[in-house]
Amino acid sequence: MRMVHYKNKRIVLEKREARSGKILFIVPIISFIVSLVLGAVVLAASGANPFSTYFYMARGAFGSWVGFTETLVKAIPLILTGLGVTIAFKLRFWNIGAEGQLVFGAIGTAWVMIFWTFLPVQMLLPIALLVGMTAGALWAGIAAVLKAKWGVDETLTTLMMNYIAILFAEYLYYGPWRDPDGYGFPGTKAFPREAWLPRIAGRAHWGLVIALAAAVILWFVLYKTKWGFEIKMIGLNQRAARCQGVNIQRNIILVLLVSGALSGLAGAVEVTAVQHRLMKGIDMGYGFTAIIVAWMAQLNPFAAVLVALIMAGLLVGGDQIQMMMGLPASMGLVLQGLLLFPLLAGTIFSDYRLRVVKQEEVEQCS
Amino acid sequence: MGKETQKKTQDNVILRMSGITKRFPGVTANNHVDLSLNAGEILALLGENGAGKSSLMNVLAGLYRPDEGSIFIRGEQVQIHSPQDSMRLGIGMIHQEFMLVETMTVAENIILGMKDLPFIPLMQEVRNKITELSERYGLKVNPDKYIYELSVGEQQRVEILKLVYQGADILILDEPTAVLTPQEARDLNTIIGMMLSEGKSAIFITHKMDEVIEFSHQVQVLRKGETVAVCKTDEVTPKDLAKMMVGREILFHLERDVYKPGEVRVHVEDVSVIDQTGRAVLEHISLDLKEGEVLGIAGVAGNGQQELSEVITGLMPVTSGYLYLDERDVTGATPLKMIKNGISHIPADRSAMGVVGDMSVADNLVMKRYRKRPMSKNGILNGSVIVKFAKKMIDVFKIATPESSTRVKFLSGGNIQKTILAREIDSCGGILIAVYPSRGLDVGATEAVRKNILKQRDNRAAVLLVSEELEELMMVSDKIAVMFEGKIMGIVDARETNIEQLGMMMAGMVKESTL
Repeated sequence: MRMVHYKNKRIVLEKREARSGKILFIVPIISFIVSLVLGAVVLAASGANPFSTYFYMARGAFGSWVGFTETLVKAIPLILTGLGVTIAFKLRFWNIGAEGQLVFGAIGTAWVMIFWTFLPVQMLLPIALLVGMTAGALWAGIAAVLKAKWGVDETLTTLMMNYIAILFAEYLYYGPWRDPDGYGFPGTKAFPREAWLPRIAGRAHWGLVIALAAAVILWFVLYKTKWGFEIKMIGLNQRAARCQGVNIQRNIILVLLVSGALSGLAGAVEVTAVQHRLMKGIDMGYGFTAIIVAWMAQLNPFAAVLVALIMAGLLVGGDQIQMMMGLPASMGLVLQGLLLFPLLAGTIFSDYRLRVVKQEEVEQCS
Repeated sequence: MGKETQKKTQDNVILRMSGITKRFPGVTANNHVDLSLNAGEILALLGENGAGKSSLMNVLAGLYRPDEGSIFIRGEQVQIHSPQDSMRLGIGMIHQEFMLVETMTVAENIILGMKDLPFIPLMQEVRNKITELSERYGLKVNPDKYIYELSVGEQQRVEILKLVYQGADILILDEPTAVLTPQEARDLNTIIGMMLSEGKSAIFITHKMDEVIEFSHQVQVLRKGETVAVCKTDEVTPKDLAKMMVGREILFHLERDVYKPGEVRVHVEDVSVIDQTGRAVLEHISLDLKEGEVLGIAGVAGNGQQELSEVITGLMPVTSGYLYLDERDVTGATPLKMIKNGISHIPADRSAMGVVGDMSVADNLVMKRYRKRPMSKNGILNGSVIVKFAKKMIDVFKIATPESSTRVKFLSGGNIQKTILAREIDSCGGILIAVYPSRGLDVGATEAVRKNILKQRDNRAAVLLVSEELEELMMVSDKIAVMFEGKIMGIVDARETNIEQLGMMMAGMVKESTL
């Protein structure tokens, strides 16, 4: 006779055979709730009421028309740099230099705006945006060529080139490009008003349309074209891609030119629509937050738009709680960080499922 | 050889497993399997990949705990909870991948991990005992050599010696001859024979029929986790075994057209390749590959065969020499150029080079065709055409997959290989470079691969077949070139050569050419 009794229940992670769309949707939502709970603990510990804090943050970022347009203003560069990082990461090229590429985009744009005075003023804006994109692309292209030709590690090159770009911009607006009539203010003179990127509503500007269009185009390129197919192949298995005749080196360079161009466009849009000059504060950290945006969106361009909006909301909301609750603005950053952890940890559930296993033990009775 | 020592003793059971069941999430690896091993005998455990051989042996080795069932050693019931338990009971397992520390000596490796060792081991004593044991069993190894200095065969001997040193008398060998030359395999046979005569016994995990016949006294056939048959080796033929193993008839003789070689498609002229470490991986290789022939490349893995295939497919640049395709110089051409010139490639490492595991079966099937119409137009992919194409291929090549959208990494090795085969054969422009195409596949999948290769040959393709299995080479090839240390030792007619001749050349012994 055999007796079977259950003992030792265990929880194991099991690999999912296919990623279901439902899971991909639910996991971020649950993660978001978990991060709100974690944030509440931190807020409570620092003596603030979590509920009112969240309320003021949400109201500040999304609750009023002015607040919402402000969130959009911050979301625009986040979307563009997020997309730039997304295409590079698809190739498993760890471009963490979006910040520098953004700054170079701004420099290129400012150069046209200030010095290409021979152009008719209507031509200034489109050409300045194009030159800004090109500048960002070339800045990223340097790291790409180094990687493609000599295998130089891109995390190092792209990271270091951020600082070069930021310091170079500083040199320009403190030095040769400084506005002589600016009373010592670190910045160039303002771009011609006719060449500013126009606003749509509040401070929100046409950069929003550009960013959304970029997201749609990038999605189409990545999922529907031959080139996107090759990028995916290289990213997921470079050796296999090479065996199938895909030119790895050329793709690294091409993808990084596009990646840099998108971040460069972010910088170009920022200076033509918001600051109207190249000045101190161009390196706001959008290019670094872009890495978070791309990861949290799991390299999906549409999701990147959504995530960029949330991150922008946290930035704006963070300013609000400083004003309304007397909390340090850095609390907004703390909450941003807390949002990240559950989301990144949660991604494991899109590939794995939890299962409770009952270990069977067999006992032989005589 | 051990067979002469066979005794007709049925009460001589040293090991008995009863009703072993081992479940993994979604599969039952072993379903109430019984097993019995006589002292002084070899039991061959035969079965396709996934039949449950390895999981059954891992239960014995203490790596898995069975969900049901019991184990008896010399009539006494035992509990095996860990590899240490297993070792203490005298069970020792040699895995396919050796567990040796390369930068330590033979003697050091042998005592590594032993519990009852003094704090400072007396190496002279250890050395003496090793020498004594190696003389007793014919395990020729120098205890002071470092592991990295040894050949694969010698490393295997160290593994065996390690088990014997620790007092194992039941040896489990997981596909022991897979990595050996025929000569080394024969030596292994002798060694095992000597051990049997001392009352030790062994279990062989294998899926090679000839090995079963040559080595074992008894054979147990597993299929889908259950025992299909247990019989005396003398009383069965390879054909019976194969049939039991796959559950249907297997062809040992493959039909093919008469050998009529045509034009030279690929001409390799005096090619040498020196790798980044300065080692010559290919030295002055010259060969011709003609249409309508299969040129086999024999050799123990790592003697330059893979490099040769990568030179022909454009993946590896040559240091000197020339490569001609249909009499055009294509030295240094890109992989894409070679693909466009009609070369198909079944790469050596199927998951690392052959497929993108995280992409779908359909995507993987279209990886040679996506560049052209109708799969894509003006750079834009046509999803519905691709899926339709994939479904047709899945059907024709009998790829077992739930959906065409299933990610390839979830398929079995055999079905991954069929996916590669389907893609490469479908796009083949008359030259097929197949590297270890049946490695690790079960009998059914292996047969499908070989048939498809021969079909290409009969359709006048030029086929280069790199393989470690001499039977496969002799079955499928028209000519066989043997490689050793980056050189071609000779090219022989596949119908006239024999295992001995090839084996000698694989070991670098003779250089002869019958062509």
